[in-house]
Amino acid sequence: MVETFSDKVKISVQDLHLWFGDICAVKSLNLEIFEHEILSVIGPANSGKTTFLRTLNRLNELSPNFKMEGAVYLKGEDIRQIRVTEIRKRLGMVFALPMPLPLSIFDNIAYGPRMHGIKDRKVLSEIVERSLQVAFLWDEAKDRLNESALKLSGGQQQRLCIARTLAVEPEVILFDEPCSGLDPISTAKVEETMLKLKQDYTIVLVTNNVKQAARVGDRTAFFLMGELIELDRTDKIFTAPAQKKTEDYIMGRFG
Amino acid sequence: MKSLAKQKIAFTILFLATILVIVPVGLILILIFRDGSSAISWRFISSMPANGMREGGIFPAIVGTFYLVIGATLVSLPLGVMAAMYLSEYSKDTLLTRTINLAIVNLAGVPSVVYGLFGLSLFVTYFKFGVSILSGALTLAIMNLPVIISASREAFQSVPYSFREVSLSLGASKWQTIRYSVLPFALPGILTGAILSLARAAGETAPILFTVAAFYLPSLPRSIFDQAMALPYHLYVISTQIPNIRLDFRYGTALVLVMIVFSMNIFAVIIRFQFRKKKKW
Repeated sequence: MVETFSDKVKISVQDLHLWFGDICAVKSLNLEIFEHEILSVIGPANSGKTTFLRTLNRLNELSPNFKMEGAVYLKGEDIRQIRVTEIRKRLGMVFALPMPLPLSIFDNIAYGPRMHGIKDRKVLSEIVERSLQVAFLWDEAKDRLNESALKLSGGQQQRLCIARTLAVEPEVILFDEPCSGLDPISTAKVEETMLKLKQDYTIVLVTNNVKQAARVGDRTAFFLMGELIELDRTDKIFTAPAQKKTEDYIMGRFG
Repeated sequence: MKSLAKQKIAFTILFLATILVIVPVGLILILIFRDGSSAISWRFISSMPANGMREGGIFPAIVGTFYLVIGATLVSLPLGVMAAMYLSEYSKDTLLTRTINLAIVNLAGVPSVVYGLFGLSLFVTYFKFGVSILSGALTLAIMNLPVIISASREAFQSVPYSFREVSLSLGASKWQTIRYSVLPFALPGILTGAILSLARAAGETAPILFTVAAFYLPSLPRSIFDQAMALPYHLYVISTQIPNIRLDFRYGTALVLVMIVFSMNIFAVIIRFQFRKKKKW
C-alpha cells in the first residue's frame, strides 16, 4: 500500500470511521491531502469536520469513548505507529478560539520549543522572532514580549497562537475554524497568513465560513452528517459542484 | 402591594440569617480578647511555664504547635497533591476510582478523636515512634489528607481544559502538560486549601491527645521523637486540671491560639486575592 503513494501526498485517509461511544461521527472517509495545498473543509455543524481534523493529530484520543477504524497515513506512515508527541509536533493545530496560555507573549511561543528540549535563550529568541514575523505579529508585539499574552486583542491572540504553532516547526497546520471569533479585519490578516504559510506548509482549514473556503482553499471538501459528499478544486466546487447537496449548502439553502 | 411586603419580609429574614453567621465569630473574638488581652506580653509568649503553670509563659506550647503544623504540612501536602493529581489528571472513571473517592469522603467525616486513637495504635504502638512529635504530626497529616486532596483536585479541575489541549497539541507529553500548563495555575488554589486545613489542624486537640501532647515539659523538645506541649492541649490542661489559675492566663492562651489560626486563614485569603487579581481566563 505504501509504495503506491505519490510524492505529493502528505496525508492519506483510508476508509476512516470515527465513533464517540455509539455515535458515529465520521463514516467511510477516503481522501488525500497534498503537500503545500490548503484543503478547506466545509459543512454544517455536526458534520464531523472538526472530529476529522482532531483525528489527524490524535487529539481525539483524549476522549475516553473515542473509537477509530481505518487508517491515516502521514507520508506513508500510519499515524498510530508514530509517537503521539511527534505526531502533534509535526501536525500543529490552531484552535477555534484564541487560546493563549496565561504567560508572557515570549513564553507562549517558546512553550513548544521548550517542551522539545530547547533551553538556550538565544535560540529561543530567534524562534520567537521568526514565528512572530511569519504570523504578521512581530511589529505589534516586539516591544512587549514580556507582557501577558492575555493583554493582546482577539485577532492578535489568534496570530499569537499561529506563531506558537509555527514555533515547533510542524509540517502540517490544522486550522479549526480559526476566525470564528474574529472581526473581518483580523480575519483578513489570518487568511493572508495562511496563504503565505502555504509555501512551506500543508494546511487543512476547517471553516464554517463558506466564503473563507472560497477565498483561501486550493481544494474544498464538503462534509455532511459524517460523510464526505464532494472533494474537488475550490473553483469547481463553487462554480459547478457535482452534487446537489453541495450546491444547496454553498448557496445557503440549508445548514 | 401585598407581594412587595412579602418580599421585604423575605429579604429581612435572609439578611438576619446571614448576620447570624457573623455574631458568634464576633462574640468569640470579643470575649477572648476582653478576658485574655491583659495576659499577653512578650514574657507570656516567650518564656517557659512556671509555678505549676500558674505563672510564666506558654512558649513551649507555641513551639510544639508550630512543629506539629510544619510536620503535618511536610507529609500531607506532597502526598495530597500527588493523590489529587492522579485523581484529576490520570485516573479514569473506574470502580477503583469511585472506591477511592468514597474513601476520601468518608475519611473527611471520621471524628478527630478516632484519628487520635488510630495514631496511637499505628504510629505510637505499632511503629514504635512513641508519644512523639513524629506520631502527632503524622496523625494530623492523615486527618488533613482528605481535605487537601479535595481542595487540590478542585484546583486542578478549575484549570481550563483548553490549557491541556494547547500544550498537548504542541507535542508536549502528558507529564510536561501537567507540570507546565496545569500545576502552576492550580498552585494558588492548592495552597489556599492546604493552609486553611492546616490552620484547622493547628487547633485540634483530640488527634494529638494520645500521640504527642505532654501535660508539662520542663524543656523544649530536642528531636522529632520527643514529646511536645501544644497550644490546644495546654489550653485544655490549664482550664480543667489546674485549680486557681488566673482567668486571663486561660483566655490569653486561647487568644494566642486563635490569632495563629486567624493569621493562617488571612494568609490564605491574601493568596487567593492575589491570584484572582492575576487570573483572567
